[in-house]
Amino acid sequence: MTLSEFDSFRPSEHARRRREGGKRGTGRRRDNGDGSREMPMVPEPEFTSYYGRPVVKPAPWGDDVAICLFLGGVAGGSALLGLGGQLTGRPILRRNARLGALTAVSAGAVALVKDLGRPERFLHMLRTFKVTSPMSVGSWILSAFSAGTAVTAVAEIDRMTGSRLPLGPLRKVMYAVEGTAGVEAAVFAGPLAAYTAVLLGDTATPTWNAAHEELPFVFVSSACLASAGLAMVTTPTHETGPARKLAVLGVLGDVAAMKVMERRMDPVAAEPLHQGKAGTMLKWSERLALAGGLGTLLAGRNRMVAAVSGLALLGASALTRFGVFEAGLASARDPRYTIEPQKNRLAARRAAGVTGDAITTAS
Amino acid sequence: MGQLSGPTDPTADAHWEHNHPRKGFFTDTSICIGCKACEVACKEWNHNPQDGNLELLGSSYDNTGSLGASTWRHVAFIEQGQERIVEARESGRALVSLGMPRIGPPAAATPVTDLADADTTPPDTADFRWLMSSDVCKHCTHAGCLDVCPTGALFRTEFGTVVVQDDVCNGCGTCVAGCPFGVIERRSNGTVKVASSREEQHAKHPAVPNEGIAQKCTLCYDRLVDDQTPACAKACPTTSIKFGDHDDMVDTARERVATLHAQGMTEARLYGANENDGVGGTGSVFLLLDEPEVYGLPPDPRVPTADLPKMYRRAGMAVAGMAAAAALAFLGGRA
Repeated sequence: MTLSEFDSFRPSEHARRRREGGKRGTGRRRDNGDGSREMPMVPEPEFTSYYGRPVVKPAPWGDDVAICLFLGGVAGGSALLGLGGQLTGRPILRRNARLGALTAVSAGAVALVKDLGRPERFLHMLRTFKVTSPMSVGSWILSAFSAGTAVTAVAEIDRMTGSRLPLGPLRKVMYAVEGTAGVEAAVFAGPLAAYTAVLLGDTATPTWNAAHEELPFVFVSSACLASAGLAMVTTPTHETGPARKLAVLGVLGDVAAMKVMERRMDPVAAEPLHQGKAGTMLKWSERLALAGGLGTLLAGRNRMVAAVSGLALLGASALTRFGVFEAGLASARDPRYTIEPQKNRLAARRAAGVTGDAITTAS
Repeated sequence: MGQLSGPTDPTADAHWEHNHPRKGFFTDTSICIGCKACEVACKEWNHNPQDGNLELLGSSYDNTGSLGASTWRHVAFIEQGQERIVEARESGRALVSLGMPRIGPPAAATPVTDLADADTTPPDTADFRWLMSSDVCKHCTHAGCLDVCPTGALFRTEFGTVVVQDDVCNGCGTCVAGCPFGVIERRSNGTVKVASSREEQHAKHPAVPNEGIAQKCTLCYDRLVDDQTPACAKACPTTSIKFGDHDDMVDTARERVATLHAQGMTEARLYGANENDGVGGTGSVFLLLDEPEVYGLPPDPRVPTADLPKMYRRAGMAVAGMAAAAALAFLGGRA
């Protein structure tokens, strides 16, 4: 086949020399040896992209945000355990869970503020309420949760220090609203643990977006097992019966939700969950969760075993959050995870006869 | 809160009480010559700092790389051989035969009266071609960045465009992940001027404006309010970048693609002109000569917020599950 009508008048070209330093054995000659035809120099790629550059941009978030996902879960679960301890008369569990909730939520908020491009403007988060923005909704959830948690935790600290906190007339008010504050914190506990899943799901980051249906279940399960783990570390076993049950339920939910999520996600977008750093973290997260769950189930009444299992569960939760977080960032950095699932779903819609909703049109 | 997906007028959706027409670009890549005047004009007008370290990227004549916090126009260069041209022509033809719904009959190529006997067919090289395309923010009908912004820093202007308010944004970065086109970015660093001597290199760089906050094309909002054309469109020497009312731009784009098809260039296709797509149509419409991913554009973008109601429902179920688990832990088997 000639390329233009004048090609036949061209003198024959010399055969193309092999590139210096190239692999000798693999240079298959695809031309006829007379050099009249262009040799394909690059093997046909599986998908086309613009010089391998990413299509979507990864969120400019550091590990601080992953820590925040983890701590938000610990805080939320702890507030629920605190309310349970409050309602069923388990004073040590109540105290430790409340203190744990305040510590976790404060550290989480600091991590979140630290990751802002302009940390001094963190209050701008609260200048409006936007239901379309999971970050805005989350900021309000975090604020509401922190209010109740702070009251309950300060009350505990006051009791521990023998009423030495300089509270003045506020002490009476604080003890009067303490129970209500515990309930209020618990109301926002679940949303605090779950909103981060919506925050990640509501992005164009391929792996996070593809996981949007199951991610909330993974995150609340992870929150349950982490907060129960914390209670098992801090609290004597005679009060942690409910925490152990919550831990086992959390492990079951976490492992099941993760499996369902991986199966229902787009197979290409799910790949980063199994590869590289994220893959390793998620594998170990599952192992630690199962180990912690088994330890809790079989020998949770032993203080030592309970503490070790608790640590394993906390580690499992942290690794789940870091793993999902890293997998998403990795999926945004590689154009394949943006382009292939989109091409596949577009082709599937066209095959099903839906042709009116493509961004590329012939007219 | 307006609509989250589907065709709509974004300005009315944002409750603007006036009748400014929606403004937009039509970037006709078939007549782009890759001069990058748009990139330069944009940087000049918007005082955008230098992006990166002036590296050669080894990707044809594109050393800009991609759109970003300090690069609001980006000219892509793609070199293609014969095989790829044939493929592009075929994929374009496949689009035509899909029988896409069109508005009205296909517009006939309008003959130019004073050049009636001149051959205006663009030179069609069969064995090699250079694709050049000036990319820009799409100013989507349903903008992912705008929807997820927690501070209200991003807003919908009276012209239907999407703009960041520098003094409100706190740099949370949610919008960066929310954009399905990878346009908006948090400005991390950059330099406003290039060091011209060794001493200057080590001296302190001048302060970078708006560091740490999200930045992107404003469709020259400051020029629009003064009835001026955006800097890039003004600077474009071949009218590859056209600016005007969004509806006119879409009509122009449809006429142009029909003309090219009539000339046998079936590889020509429109990007963003369909209001039924995943982002409700874009404010910046493009005419491309190959698949969108070749230019670094997503082939089937969908604004993530379109699924937000479902996500909230799923999260609600998860929260209920968590509360039930806690209740079960405390109440179940308390014998």
